[in-house]
This record gives sequence, C-alpha cells and structure tokens, in this order.
Amino acid sequence: MTTMKRRLTALALAASLAASASAALLSGPAYAAGDAAAAGGHGAEIARQQWPFSGFKGTFDKAQLQRGFQVYSEVCAACHGLNRVNFRNLVQPGGPEFPEEAVKALAAKWPNQITDGPNDEGKMFDRPALLSDPMRGPYKNEKEARAAQNGAYPPDLSLIAKARGVTRDPAWWKHPFLMLGDIINTYQEGGADYLYALLTGYVDAPAGVKVNDGMYYNSHFAGNQIGMPPPLAEGSVTYQDGTKGTVDNYARDISAFLTWTADPTQDQRKRIGWQVMLYLLVTTVLLYLGKKRVWSKIKH
Amino acid sequence: MSGHTSSYEPTSRWGKWWDERLPVARMMHAQFVAFPTPRNLNYLWTFGGILFLCLAAQLVTGIILAMHYQVGDATAFNSLEHIRRDVNFGWLIRNIHAVGSSMFFIAVYIHIFRGLYYGSYKAPREVLWILGVIILLVMMATAFLGYTLPWGQMSFWAVTVITNLFSALDTIWAGLGTGIVEWLWGGYSVSGVTLNRFFSLHYLLPFVLVGIVILHIWALHVVGQNNPTGIEIKEPSEAVPMHPYATSKDLFGMFAFILLFAWFVFFLPDYLGHPDNYIEANPLVTPPHIVPEWYFLPFYAILRAFTGSFLGIPLGSLAKLLGVVAMFGSIAVLAFAPWLDTSRVRSAKYRPMFKWAFWTFAFTCLALGYLGAKPAEGVYVLWAQIFTVLYFAYFLVAMPVLGLIETPSKLPRSINEAVLGPDAAAQKH
Repeated sequence: MTTMKRRLTALALAASLAASASAALLSGPAYAAGDAAAAGGHGAEIARQQWPFSGFKGTFDKAQLQRGFQVYSEVCAACHGLNRVNFRNLVQPGGPEFPEEAVKALAAKWPNQITDGPNDEGKMFDRPALLSDPMRGPYKNEKEARAAQNGAYPPDLSLIAKARGVTRDPAWWKHPFLMLGDIINTYQEGGADYLYALLTGYVDAPAGVKVNDGMYYNSHFAGNQIGMPPPLAEGSVTYQDGTKGTVDNYARDISAFLTWTADPTQDQRKRIGWQVMLYLLVTTVLLYLGKKRVWSKIKH
Repeated sequence: MSGHTSSYEPTSRWGKWWDERLPVARMMHAQFVAFPTPRNLNYLWTFGGILFLCLAAQLVTGIILAMHYQVGDATAFNSLEHIRRDVNFGWLIRNIHAVGSSMFFIAVYIHIFRGLYYGSYKAPREVLWILGVIILLVMMATAFLGYTLPWGQMSFWAVTVITNLFSALDTIWAGLGTGIVEWLWGGYSVSGVTLNRFFSLHYLLPFVLVGIVILHIWALHVVGQNNPTGIEIKEPSEAVPMHPYATSKDLFGMFAFILLFAWFVFFLPDYLGHPDNYIEANPLVTPPHIVPEWYFLPFYAILRAFTGSFLGIPLGSLAKLLGVVAMFGSIAVLAFAPWLDTSRVRSAKYRPMFKWAFWTFAFTCLALGYLGAKPAEGVYVLWAQIFTVLYFAYFLVAMPVLGLIETPSKLPRSINEAVLGPDAAAQKH
C-alpha cells in the first residue's frame, strides 16, 4: 500500500512536472516585432541578472524606477512611446511614485501632445497631456515612424518586458530539474534580462560579418543586426541621486522601469499572494487534521 | 448500488413540503451525502472534485472577464490590457482564468492517467469513460477557442495553423478542406470575424461541458466508483458514506491543489504562457516558432511527426492528412480502451507486465510534450515518430495482447481483504 502511494505521488509529480516542463520549453527565442522577426537566428546566451523585483519576494525599487523613467524620458522617448501607461500611473503606489504635482507639470510639458476633438468647429486639435492621458511617442502611426526611421519601426515599449524572454536549450534530461528550479524560484524576469542584455550587447561585429547599411551589430539581438543605434552612452543621463552614469546602470534602470510598465500591479500581486498562500496553507493543514480525525476509526 | 437509496428524513415542515413536491434535497442527500464510496480510495480519487472546482473557477472568472473584454480585432488586445491595468483586481481575475486553464488540464490529465492505471474504463464503466473522453475533447476545443481571445501573436498564429489542418481534407475531395477552413474563418483568412465567432463559441462550450459533466457524474453514480484494487464493493462494510469521509478527503485535496494554483497565479502568472502573446496579432509577421499551449504539445508532436516520410516510409501528398488523422486519432483511441483491453483484471496493481506498459506510456506522453515544443527538424522528427508509434502501441498492442499473455498476480478476494488483511476480512465476514 505504501509503495503504491509513493508511486502515485511520483505520478502526480511527473504530471505536474510535465505541465510546467512544456511551458518552460515554450519560451522560444526572443525576437523583435516587425522587421527583426524575419531576420531569425539566435543571439548569444542571455545571463540572468539579480533584480530588486526578482523572485517571489522581490519588489520594485522606487528609486530605480525613477531613474529608469529618467532614462526613458531623456533617451528612449525620442523614438518609443508608452501608450499603455498613463501619466497618473507614475503617481500610483507600486511604481516610481512621483509627486502628483510634478507629474502634472511633466504631462503638460510632454513634447508629444494629445490629439483631441473634434472641437466646436469640427476640427481635431493638439493639446497638452493631462494625468489621465497616455505617454505618447513622437509618431502618430507606424507609417510616420518608418518614414522617419529609415524604414525601421520603434515599437511601443509598454509591454516590451513581457513580450520578450530568454531561451535555454539544455539537454533533455536536465529540463525537468531546471523547470522545477524556475517554479520554486518563480523566475519571471526573462524580459528584463533580455532588455539588459540587448542594451549592453552593442559590440564590434566579429571579423567577416558584414553589417548592413543603417544597421548595428548587437550580440544579443536575433540575427545580430538591429536598426536601433546604440541608445546609451556613458554620462548621457545625469542622475539626481548620485548613482553613477554608466551604460550598465542605465541599462539596468530602464529594464527595471519597463518591467514595471509591463506589470504595474506586480508589487500588489506578490503582497496579496503571500497573504493568500498563508491563508491557504493554514486552511489546508486544518483540513488535513479534520480529514485525519474523520478517518481515524476507518482502516483504509 | 444498494445503499444509496435515500435515508433522507426531512425534519422541518418546510423540508417536508418540498420533499412531497420536488425532492431535490432527497436526491442530493442520496447522491452526495449517503452515497457509498469505497473505503480504500487514494488521493488520486480527489481529482474529480478538483476538476469540478476548476470548471467552476473558469466559469466564474470567465463570466467576469466577459464583462470587460471587448471582442474585435482592433479592441481585443487593448481590452485585455485594460483588464490587467485598470479594472479593479482585473489582473487577478485574468491570471486565475489564464492559469486556470493550465491547472484544469494538469488535473484532467492526472484524472485520466488514474483511470488508465486502475482500469476504470472497463465494464461496467464504459459509458462513464466515453463521456470523460468527450469532456476532454470539449475542454480542448474550449481552451483552444479561449486562447484566441487575447489576440496576441501566438493566439493569431495558433488559430491559423490549427484551423488550416482541415485543409488536409482536400486530398480526399478537392475543395472540401479549403471550404471548411473558409467556413470556420468566415472569410479567406483569420480575421476579426473569426475572433467574434470564436468568442461566441468559447462562451457557449463551457455550458455544454457542464451538461456532459452532469451526465458523467450520473453515470458514475449508477456504476459506483472504481478503487485501487479494481474489485467491486461486495458488502456494505467495504464502503463509507460520501459525507463526511470522501468530502473531508476531497476538500483537503482541493486546497492542496489550490496552493499550487495560487503559486502560479500570484508568482508565476506568465510562466505557462508565451511572451509572443504580449505582442498584438499581426497577420504580416509570422513568429519564428509557432507553438500551442503546453497541454496540446503531445498532440502537436504527433501531428508534426508525419513529414514527407514516417520512419522511412514515404508518405507523399498524404503526409498532412495522416498527421491530422493521427492527432485526432490519438484522442479518439481513448474511447475504445474498454474494448481494446482484454484483461479481466482491472487494476494495474495486479498486472506485472501491464504496469510496465503503463509507465512507458506515461513517459511517452511526456516525451511527446517535450518534442512538441521543439522545432520539427532533424533528430526531433525521428523521435517524435518513434514516440507516436509507442503512443498508439499502448492502446493497439499492449492493451489487447497483454491481457492474453500476462499472468496477473494474486488478487485479494475483496476490498476488505486488501485493506484489513485476509484474516481480519474473514473474521468480519
């Protein structure tokens, strides 16, 4: 009876493993939407970084998100929008938590205004952004973007951290163990890892590789040729909090910020998650004791 | 089943009034309180209750999601983001629903493997089993339709690939397959029109599922539960009333399962999904690897095992059709298990050879799942073909042949003997 029970447990475990196994396998090679997707090819192996929001205990670091927003607004915003993020989100708990007045002023001065209307004369008009408006990029649509960007399309960055991941290709027998490790450690930071690797992946093309006109070599981009010029340079953004202005810091901070834009409720989710787990754990133990008591006189 | 005739006695006037008019309480008491369940059930038997919970969770969260979801190719993706970001606890409802589909399949696969191991498909439980296979099919259809709704890249391309399968029928009758595909799409390609009808069907099928589940439970309550020995209940002392025995055990099992469920909902909500589905559907950009959700991977591997040739046998223009037939066949064959298995012993516990076949089959399913996620090229194709053969061999070779050549180990005479040992059982008798 006990051997059978042990085997059954093994079966249940195997089935749940299989479930998660296949899921881990699913994270195919990260690739960019648009032109890059056609390029194919694998980038170099992407290293996992330690993030303040890593794992089940991690939460966003407010200061890092604020720095990341600074990098976004001074560098990325020149080409990329954040259409799914409203200015009001910058004020909300669990994010950069800027003061409301500062964000109001920021929205009013945001260079990419909101097209509103029609007005009483039936005309559309541009107006400064309000707290309730999204953070628009510089282009009205994809065609305008491509025309301005030499045919390339800078995607909206709101969801980019969730739309990218990292791949691993271990031997088949290692898969279940790696998956189990990821499930226990709750690895969900593939997007941030990818963005960091991409932004620090601009290196000289190896000998013999011809980089096309208007393209740049990147060791972590699928196909290695990317239309985006290296966006970050030493000292190009001056942080207010004394953090050093290195490419590494910029890359980390913007990756963290974009993880928040893709998942603005993450801190709330994890906090509630622990409360739910605690409740469930206590209830499960009580139910087990109850069950044991009910069955105490029945041999089974 | 003797013993589950009702011992219900309404105590209040209100209860008596109803009992004389519509004795629902009497029925519920007979079926879910006094109903005799074998005393020796293990925790694998809690998955029926767990599945009921999964279905209920999907229905409740799905109905709430539908209040905020805006079907349409221009609105679907945005409304999902609206739910995640702006609806109060929308992220939670959406995570429960998305993770819930995976949990539903984890539970249903364990439930099915339990049935296969203990021979729960054998007489007199054939109808119960076949209803289960139909439930699996409807579940798969519902999950597939539901995966379309976020209208991300993987949604769009998975629909394109899977609906295109029907075009394989063109090899039987020119135009038949293409006609069916266009009829399903409501046009000449997957579009917002397709999304609209898939949403409609995704809302309909779960209620069909509820109906079949009721039949499944009905059939179960006519023939009674199987148990780890595979021997029927012979005397009342071998059974315990459903409440509080099975219910207390089920409740514990459910909560243990919800622990796993919640871990994914709160800490790994995207683990079971694909990053590409956070990119809005774009008919002009094909993802480099189109993969279905994990629970379809074994079947996807079978489909793709039929390339130009199968284990060296050239298939020519029939390859696609055979792949489709094999994929659907891999589920259909389950329905024939009651007649394919020739052994009179139900439980694999007493079948030394069949036990090996079962575990090989379990490994085969895992291997096919692994291969379904790999690109269909090189050595992966060969392995997919080998495991496809093994998959069908379990049903078509192991089940009929082992029953004829195998000597089962000694069976206990009764459940009581298995539980209490031969002496105590004899005394009790």
